[in-house]
Amino acid sequence: MFHDRSPIYVQIADGIKNDILGGSLEEDEQVMSTNQYAAFYRINPATAAKGFAQLVDEGVLYKKRGIGMFVSPDARGKLRAARRERFFAEVVEPMLDEAERVGISTDEITHYLGSRR
Amino acid sequence: MIELRGVTVRYGETVAVDAIDLELPPGKIYGLLGRNGSGKTSLLSALASYRKPSAGAVFVDGEPAFENPRVVRQTSFIRDTLDLNDSDRVRTALDIASWLRPTWDADYAAKLVDVFQLDTRKRVSSLSRGQRSMLGVVLGLASRAALTILDESYLGMDAVARTLFYRELLADYLAHPRTIVLSTHLIDEVADLFERVIIMDRGRILLHDETDSLRGRGVTVTGQAERVTAFAAGHTVLGEQSLGGVRALTLDGRLDPGDILLGEREGLTFGPLGLQDLFVHLTSQQPLEASR
Repeated sequence: MFHDRSPIYVQIADGIKNDILGGSLEEDEQVMSTNQYAAFYRINPATAAKGFAQLVDEGVLYKKRGIGMFVSPDARGKLRAARRERFFAEVVEPMLDEAERVGISTDEITHYLGSRR
Repeated sequence: MIELRGVTVRYGETVAVDAIDLELPPGKIYGLLGRNGSGKTSLLSALASYRKPSAGAVFVDGEPAFENPRVVRQTSFIRDTLDLNDSDRVRTALDIASWLRPTWDADYAAKLVDVFQLDTRKRVSSLSRGQRSMLGVVLGLASRAALTILDESYLGMDAVARTLFYRELLADYLAHPRTIVLSTHLIDEVADLFERVIIMDRGRILLHDETDSLRGRGVTVTGQAERVTAFAAGHTVLGEQSLGGVRALTLDGRLDPGDILLGEREGLTFGPLGLQDLFVHLTSQQPLEASR
């Protein structure tokens, strides 16, 4: 499930963000407890707790004392905005670099995108 | 809190543990890693108060631990020998543990015996290497000791038994949090369970850190030789390999994402290291090739 080439807490946070963006976690829905999460993914609970704590810090999750953690009501919108901001730098730019390496012109790319509409 | 202050273990002229200072906040799972002969078992014997250090001392909640009955009752140290009478039956070994240990959970022990399919009528001497280890795990976990030390408790276990061991260890820790120290050579298999990792090297502590901060700490940079060499300036090089004009260097320390981006623009590729590769590079006493 997790690889060991980057901190697992970061992978946990990214995974939950993807679940929220993809719709498998709804806003105001309760997420697993850190112990449930640790048992399910066979990881140390402190590692899981750190992933959840990061999401609370970022406002993606919120805590209800004594009950658990829930997806923030505005989480999906905020995550989408953040990802959209990074989309061109992180997705399009590497694609253009590769296009240049293999000699695909911007015109060809535009044509391809046009034909997919 | 468990504290080791200047703990030294000597065997004649040999120094197995060399003036180690270590603080272990309670309630965590620690992984103790180190090469053969690095001093792990000697350190664990001192930590468990099975051996009086040649110098220095171990303190538990501020009290000297050695020959301290309160500490001894709350410490379970499972080592190779199991400290059992080999002619006893498994059943007897479990009964003795239940008499000696105030926190022993007999129902849980029975459950573990069932999980590992151990035959309690067998004599300890007739157990296979793997079954012996399973008995050690039962004795270690069912004692529910505040400090549980498992020294290579997987020896001889097959992949299924080890999977069961890790599963039970985590489940029981979640239900009954306590301090668990586990030494292992099978880093890839079990590192996800460790909150912190301690690496020993030649009798000393090489590193004691959160496991998660070691994941991706080392990075291999590959590309055109001069560019790689220029990029590596100022970093600790753990391994290197060259082929024609291509060079690969394994560097220690997390790289700045901005530097990585710049490097990638120049055609360099970056491959972060897993825990086991980092361990190999940090503890090898001979020069190694770059990890890939």
